[in-house]
Amino acid sequence: MPEQSQHLDSPADIPGIWSAFMAVLSRDLLITLRKRQQWLNPLIFFVIVITMFPLAVGPEAGILSLIAPGVIWVAALLATMLSLDMLFTADLADGTLEQLALSPQPLSVMVLAKVLAHWLVSGLPLVLLSPLLGLLLQLPSQAMWVLVFSLGLGTIALSLIGAIGAALTVSLRHAGLLLSVLVLPLYVPVLIFGSNAVASAVNGQPVEAQLSLLAAIALVCLALAPWATAAALRVGIAIE
Amino acid sequence: MFKWIHKFGSPPFVYRLCRALGPWMGWSCLALICVGLYLGLVQAPADYEQGESYRIIYIHVPAAWMSMFVYMVMAIASFVFLVWKLKLADLVASASAPIGASFTFIALVTGSIWGKPMWGTWWVWDARLTSELLLLFLYLGYIALRGAIETPTMAARAAAILAVIGVVNIPVIHYSVEWWNTLHQPASIAKFDKPSIHISMLIPLLLMVLAFQLLYAWNLMAKLRTGILQREKRARWVADLVEAGRV
Repeated sequence: MPEQSQHLDSPADIPGIWSAFMAVLSRDLLITLRKRQQWLNPLIFFVIVITMFPLAVGPEAGILSLIAPGVIWVAALLATMLSLDMLFTADLADGTLEQLALSPQPLSVMVLAKVLAHWLVSGLPLVLLSPLLGLLLQLPSQAMWVLVFSLGLGTIALSLIGAIGAALTVSLRHAGLLLSVLVLPLYVPVLIFGSNAVASAVNGQPVEAQLSLLAAIALVCLALAPWATAAALRVGIAIE
Repeated sequence: MFKWIHKFGSPPFVYRLCRALGPWMGWSCLALICVGLYLGLVQAPADYEQGESYRIIYIHVPAAWMSMFVYMVMAIASFVFLVWKLKLADLVASASAPIGASFTFIALVTGSIWGKPMWGTWWVWDARLTSELLLLFLYLGYIALRGAIETPTMAARAAAILAVIGVVNIPVIHYSVEWWNTLHQPASIAKFDKPSIHISMLIPLLLMVLAFQLLYAWNLMAKLRTGILQREKRARWVADLVEAGRV
């Protein structure tokens, strides 16, 4: 049927959910990788904030390894939050979001692709960098793997929860501070279980419970957050 | 059968209802507060363990309960607004937020005043105090988001989504804070087991809880009235009310 294939709305021509997901993912990755400053800045921030603590508290190894889990986790929280505004703002300005919302695929799936891309360029480098910062803060080596695992699970949840906040504030010009007010209270459970897992590992205690709870939070966020983000984005698009 | 429910979607009806009920709520609230405070502060015996300073619970406990109750009301109203697009539900949610934040603030301040003689410091990272503080942050976020978005209808929808997300998170936050607290419980703080409260202390407490409920209802109705008038300022029935001088 050569005639039908000219109409894009014929069901056969609409790309499936999976190919649309991959298209959004690769597009977002490409754009972010080309704008190097965007994903580098949160990482540099992460390193610099952690460097400030030994300068403020003093270089004693005992104190540093005591506060290391909390400091690294709080810094990761803040760095994730600072990277959130690159999630949707540019796409709203150039109309991409509108097109995504109008596309036949569910917006929540497109949102999930965008959040995954965001995590790959902001969360994952943070996780990979964390052992180095653990070294700087004299974190004992037995806690290193727990730090990596807990940050790996935790940053997924942080990106997903943060996406809701970023979507709610997408139409606002100076959203940074408001975003932190909205998102930080919701980050509390992740922060508690994440930093506690690392602290327990420092003391040589078992960490399975904390890591499973972190995984549970990440999975629940994976199931629910894209939905809420899509709903919030539709409001933001309507404002524009 | 459910026809009467539709009345609650009609602004003139709700406006008249609030105007009729408001004064009753106000006066009965004041009366209950007087009786409750008299019974609680004067009549009830002193606690054998905490002495006179326990009496702050007659303010603290109702305020803490209301802080959570109001958030629930706010979240349910937001949900109703998101699903059925009922504008009055949004008015209820937006009017509740500052009231709930005030209750939370009162609960925090009275809790810390009670903590001074009990624990020896103004602030202890106790599980309940900490979750109350986080609840205050949730309220403040809601109010801030509402204030930041200029289009009222869009502000209403964004804030409603935030309230529903918040209410899903509150139990998670609460239990994680409680779990965190059991790990870090400093040895100096003795854990009181819950004693069964004597009837002479319970009655004033229940009176105060009821009074705070009425206080909330009274404030909510006053805010609803102004909110409805503001939203319907171009409607015929408002003009009629103003002309008759019965606003």
